Amino acid sequence: MSEGRAVGVPLLQVEDLTVEFVTEHGWLPVVDGVSFEIGRQETIGLIGESGCGKSVTAMAILGLIGGPSGRVARGRVLLDGQDLLVLEEPELREVRGRRIAMIFQEPMTSIDPAFTIGKQIIEVLRRHLPLSRAQAKQRAIDLLDRVGIPDPHRRFDDYPHQLSGGMRQRVLIAMALSCEPDLLIADEPTTALDVTVQAQVLELLAGLQEELGMAVLLVTHDLAVVAETCDRTIVMYAGEVVESADVTALFPDPRHPYTAAMLANLPGLHPGEPLRPIPGIVPPRHALPAGCWYSPRCEHRTDACGATHPQLVDLGTRRVRCLRADELDLPGVGR
Amino acid sequence: MLRLVARRLLKVIPLLLLVTVIAFGLLNLVPGDPAVQIAGEFATEEQIEAIRTELELDRPWLSRYGSWLSDAVRGDLGDSLFSGVSVRSQIWDRLPATVSLIGWSLVLSALIGIPAGTVAGWREGSALDRFLTVGTTIGVAIPVFVTGLVLALVVGIKLGWLPATGYVGITESPWQWARRLILPAFALALTGAAEIARQTRAGVIEVKKQDFVRVARANGLHTRQVLGKHTLKNAMIPVVTVVGLQIGRLFGLSVLVEQIFNIPGLGSRLITAVFENDVPFIQGTVLMLGTVIVLVNAGVDISYGYFNPRVRGS
Amino acid sequence: MTTATPDAAPSVGPRSTAASRPETRWGRFVRRFRRQRGAVAALAFIVIVVVCAVFAPWVAPKDPIDQDLSASLAGPSSEYWLGADRLGRDTLSRLIFGARFSLLAAVQAVLVATVLGVPIGIVAGLARGWVDAIASTIADAVLSIPAIVLALAIIGVLKPNLTNAMIAIGIVYAPRLFRVVRSAAISVREETYIEAARAGGVGTLTIARTHVLPNVASPLVVQISLALGFAVLAEAGVSFLGLGVQPPDASWGVMLGQSTAELEDHPILVLAPGIAIMLAVLSFNVLGDGLNDSLGREIRRE
Repeated sequence: MSEGRAVGVPLLQVEDLTVEFVTEHGWLPVVDGVSFEIGRQETIGLIGESGCGKSVTAMAILGLIGGPSGRVARGRVLLDGQDLLVLEEPELREVRGRRIAMIFQEPMTSIDPAFTIGKQIIEVLRRHLPLSRAQAKQRAIDLLDRVGIPDPHRRFDDYPHQLSGGMRQRVLIAMALSCEPDLLIADEPTTALDVTVQAQVLELLAGLQEELGMAVLLVTHDLAVVAETCDRTIVMYAGEVVESADVTALFPDPRHPYTAAMLANLPGLHPGEPLRPIPGIVPPRHALPAGCWYSPRCEHRTDACGATHPQLVDLGTRRVRCLRADELDLPGVGR
Repeated sequence: MLRLVARRLLKVIPLLLLVTVIAFGLLNLVPGDPAVQIAGEFATEEQIEAIRTELELDRPWLSRYGSWLSDAVRGDLGDSLFSGVSVRSQIWDRLPATVSLIGWSLVLSALIGIPAGTVAGWREGSALDRFLTVGTTIGVAIPVFVTGLVLALVVGIKLGWLPATGYVGITESPWQWARRLILPAFALALTGAAEIARQTRAGVIEVKKQDFVRVARANGLHTRQVLGKHTLKNAMIPVVTVVGLQIGRLFGLSVLVEQIFNIPGLGSRLITAVFENDVPFIQGTVLMLGTVIVLVNAGVDISYGYFNPRVRGS
Repeated sequence: MTTATPDAAPSVGPRSTAASRPETRWGRFVRRFRRQRGAVAALAFIVIVVVCAVFAPWVAPKDPIDQDLSASLAGPSSEYWLGADRLGRDTLSRLIFGARFSLLAAVQAVLVATVLGVPIGIVAGLARGWVDAIASTIADAVLSIPAIVLALAIIGVLKPNLTNAMIAIGIVYAPRLFRVVRSAAISVREETYIEAARAGGVGTLTIARTHVLPNVASPLVVQISLALGFAVLAEAGVSFLGLGVQPPDASWGVMLGQSTAELEDHPILVLAPGIAIMLAVLSFNVLGDGLNDSLGREIRRE
């Protein structure tokens, strides 16, 4: 699919993305100057605690921020060099579901209960592709089969309430991948599912990615999932990127204390040791601490951390936002 | 679905029975000797006696109810007290005008209320939404006879666009029938439209918040498509409920509207009956309307099954 | 930015204790109610109407039934602010005295509805079982008959006068109050402290008085406000048809009904009572909504 496009241009470039929401303290950024790239067929893990802006980043890429309470204040989202943020709604609709698709956290409520699943897949298919009704139906059944739904002919006419949560997430994946997008954004796709089903769905996603040759932006708070599936990781804190690196580099050798603290928190990696949850919470935007925003919760805080807000420094193989990135020797995982 | 229909219809039976008790029991509200009261101050002894015979007041209550009910089930609602004309034929004569009026105003209130509510709900918080919300709040409070009179005055008399009063049967002239019903139906529709708009708005806002609307958008579906198909089919349930509730209110308010626009319907006949103490006619009307509304509401409940596959499936 | 930080504020002192004392239910209600400008305005209007109605003989410029045929159908003037009707009666004075009948009638109807609906609702909600089934079916049956039609039917067999009309409207509205009270009673019934009280041998009546009534109060107050709006509207309708207040007394509905003939040439005679009715109904409805929002659980709006 990607032949003919400019060689060397990444599939998606997010530059200085800033998203604001209206609060009782006025317009405040929830995503603040975030930049990253996604290459073709690459899998990126976007991680952070809840409230750090990762889901909003994902929504903003698809132009789903808007209305009276939210706005994109700055930045560009380039898909093959084309800025999506300047597109009008009709042009955006051509991109959504066709070039970039998204699946969400809540499979139970993400399918319209009033229509059969088949009807809803066909609706997406015929929206983007010139298919006849019969062709669309055949393709929808193929899709259901491909995402591992048994007896797809019969399931085609099922209503959502007749399916389990795992099955519904498979249907949503089928819907999202129906037009073979170049990028799939998966926002906590397994959080609401049982542990056993989680693994199956992740496996399915990995298989489909291989098959369709698409890139995946996986939004999650679960580092274990990232370790298993992703090529590269972007760590967000309080609306900013604090560290990004290849998974193979980041996990054994984190440079930001926040990354290290999250890694230390991974269940099952230190058998016998108690979990060490990070004390404190992500600060709300109207009450950010001075200096480094993570400093009040940081074990390695110095006086300088409370004075200067660190820049995101490019170290060649990775980027880190910490004043002490060079001097600290933080414990990692694996290797 | 079939079991749902059966279960709902089963609940109809005691309700209908109670409606008959209420309709028949009205007579027992009359203080003192009903015959004397009904006949009025200037009645002669013979007239009182005639009423007593007509209403069979010398028989015990239960046996009177029994025979009244068995007559009513067979469609015999008795005769009017003074004219002696059969109540059923009078209702039958008057019903077309009332049904036309109510039919028109249901259509009008849905035509006004559903789009207004949908737009307001979709643009929640906008100036348009606030305007519509204030409008519906006022719309519910304006007495139907004030809207009726003002419409008759402004559109009917001052502007002369439409006939202000009167009624022509559909068989006589469908064109005149429609023309003459527009004003009264509009007056009657306003309150209902406001109520439907409120309900629709609430329904749309509820649906809009659902995850699946966001998913549909993320899949590149048109906002209006999402609104039109997903939202409307889901929002239909409260709308259907309101339509069911409206039927009863429309029948009630049509009494006033018929009076203002001089429409020879059931309502204007009922008012005459009230002034004349024509108990059999009043009983017949109450019974007929109560039955119709009980059945309409059962129909509304059953139609939920159509809109909600979860009910239909089980 | 002159507000003291929590640390700097004196730990003891009248201001800080006042601020830290938990808000009373009444205080919370007042705070939330005052935020709703529409409801406050509605309450103010109702208070004005009530004052006018109570002190009508002193407020009204003229006697409402005094005829002055020389002023027949007079337009608005310094003497007749809102003009006069065919019999030369001052419209404004009739409007002020009309408020008496309209409000009194509404109160009567709501009283009837409350006396019928509330106790039966409490009993049905607490007892459940067949008592509840019968009461609910009766309520459904009454609700199946259009309110005005049933009211007219009751007036038809009784005599047309204001009290009978209002009894009729009260009966018609009773099922609505019944439903609200019943569902509130049911939810109270499920609470564990009621079960404990029952197990402790406390009688149903005592439970109703000490536990259910306070919990029913909030939704009931809201419903009563809405019921008053309904009753004002219903009284106007019935009187408009000549079946309520009987002349020479005049409620707003009677004034409207009497002046329909004058509509074309003197629309003010129809509009004045019409607007009065509309504002009163609107006020009761808005007040009811406002009460509902102030009494209900605190819901954060985004």
